[in-house]
Amino acid sequence: MTDVTQQLPLAIEPPPRAASGLIGWLRANLFSSAFNSILTLLGVAFLAMTIPPFIRWAVVDAVWSAPNSRACAGAGACWAFIHEKFRFILFGTYPYEEQWRPFWAVLIFLALILASCDRRLWGRRLVLLWLAGLAVVGVLMWGEVFGLSYVGTELWSGLPLTLIIAVVGIAFAFPLAILLALGRRSRLPAVRTICVAYIELIRGVPLITVLFMASVMLPLFLPTGVTIDKLLRAQVALILFAAAYLAEVIRGGLQAIPRGQIEAADALGLGYWQRTRLIVLPQALAMVIPPLVNTFIGTFKDTTLVIIIGLFDLLGTINASLNDANWRGTSVEAYVFAAVFYFCFCFFMSRYSYMLEREFNKGRRR
Amino acid sequence: MTALDQETPIIELRGVDKWYGDFHVLRNINLDVAKGERVVVCGPSGSGKSTMIRCINRLEDHQRGQIIVAGIELTSDVKNVEAIRREVGMVFQQFNLFPHLTVLENLTLAPIWVRKMPKKEADETARLYLERVRIPEQADKYPGQLSGGQQQRVAIARSLCMKPEIMLFDEPTSALDPEMIKEVLDVMIELAEEGMTMVCVTHEMGFARTVADTMVFMDRGEIVERGPPKEFFANPKSDRTKLFLSQILAH
Repeated sequence: MTDVTQQLPLAIEPPPRAASGLIGWLRANLFSSAFNSILTLLGVAFLAMTIPPFIRWAVVDAVWSAPNSRACAGAGACWAFIHEKFRFILFGTYPYEEQWRPFWAVLIFLALILASCDRRLWGRRLVLLWLAGLAVVGVLMWGEVFGLSYVGTELWSGLPLTLIIAVVGIAFAFPLAILLALGRRSRLPAVRTICVAYIELIRGVPLITVLFMASVMLPLFLPTGVTIDKLLRAQVALILFAAAYLAEVIRGGLQAIPRGQIEAADALGLGYWQRTRLIVLPQALAMVIPPLVNTFIGTFKDTTLVIIIGLFDLLGTINASLNDANWRGTSVEAYVFAAVFYFCFCFFMSRYSYMLEREFNKGRRR
Repeated sequence: MTALDQETPIIELRGVDKWYGDFHVLRNINLDVAKGERVVVCGPSGSGKSTMIRCINRLEDHQRGQIIVAGIELTSDVKNVEAIRREVGMVFQQFNLFPHLTVLENLTLAPIWVRKMPKKEADETARLYLERVRIPEQADKYPGQLSGGQQQRVAIARSLCMKPEIMLFDEPTSALDPEMIKEVLDVMIELAEEGMTMVCVTHEMGFARTVADTMVFMDRGEIVERGPPKEFFANPKSDRTKLFLSQILAH
């Protein structure tokens, strides 16, 4: 009789089951060694010391309504201050009776941002939606048509100002950055030199300096009688600044495109712009989503610097409310509120970027 | 090959030289390819064979001599170059499919954007060619989900969708696992039988024997020998050719 080795295929077995259940999870993740057990206990102790007092301050002992900060004395957080100043924080110096206009402007912005999350709307339709939305926001904020009274940009402040500077800033800086990044890799020496010089110059200067130049120095060079709106100057400064940083991020993506992709596009007869738009940019941008969103978040927070040239964004109106003699000693509450607001927006952007990454990397998944 | 030579060649290389820095990579290359002719180029690595066929659609530029493809001379004029690239398909060693597009989108991209073909027609053409390379069921997958052999067949179909007059193959089977080489060669043999003009850099000598009208042997940047495959394999004239053939046919 001959030896028959394994005539049948080997039985398919399920993978070995790891220690399961709560105990198994705890052992594997929190108490896998003596050192890790000590770290776990230290971590628990730290949380036990910090979280309950914070909750007591922010919720349990908090004062939700009071006539002034003296009425809050000795208790927890004085949220009465935020409650009292809420409308000023949101809309600042915009005429009180007209504040429904910035209110709707903000809602339109939020709706547009949420609409951008829907994959089915992407494309030309979304761009048109944004243009229409921005036009309506402009009409609402400026007025002077449809029976709305005129409100100059010097009165715009608070949340709408923050959103306008951030959204318009990112929307214009991004295409400019793509052109700069492409230009920096151009074969034409003049184009390349201009782009390199621009990027290096802007990156070498702090944003505050750029804003100061836009608001203080630029008017000195203009002929007398010619003035450019202060908000517009700040907006342009932010766009130019953000574009330089974004350009370098995008260039990183461009460099990661294999040479073969460009050769294949060339061999099919695609021209430079077709190749760039259809083959190079979709892959390059998908690769740099994390640093790209990083820069977007940075730009969003940088908008708070416009306070330096006298524009009152959300942080500006919060600061201004603290000057009220009735509400002394409420700066912690004010800044916690500001922090929560900025965190919500930045966290949203980072979640959004995860979604984009999943969407764009479909092709790479096996 | 006599019958083929009487027509005007569709590809002409006249005294072509090329340097990479100081390195003389192509030396006085003269080559005519007639319409419908199948040319197989072989030679040791670094002999300039890939560089030569990449000059034919100007992925590389030459510094001396003339290259005339389908009656158009290749110069630095971008319009000329793009016109020629529309008529010349190329298949690469590394496939170079576009990973962010589905198989179908890979195939329809150039017809839609370069040939301005309506999308529906481009889709139909693409599915026809996928059928011909025997992977119609993969149309909606991404290249990363296919095997190497399937990817290379998609790449061939992608070039064919442009209805080119000439196909260039730059070592199309060198990056494939052995069991996938045949499926790609079968597609190429079919293409040859349909009368496509082909210039093919390859080490697959069995393929060369089957389909080539002309064998070209290159070494150190020169064309050393050329001739019909029977003669080329049976009694090579130059010592360099003999040495090369003995090395690759030894086992």
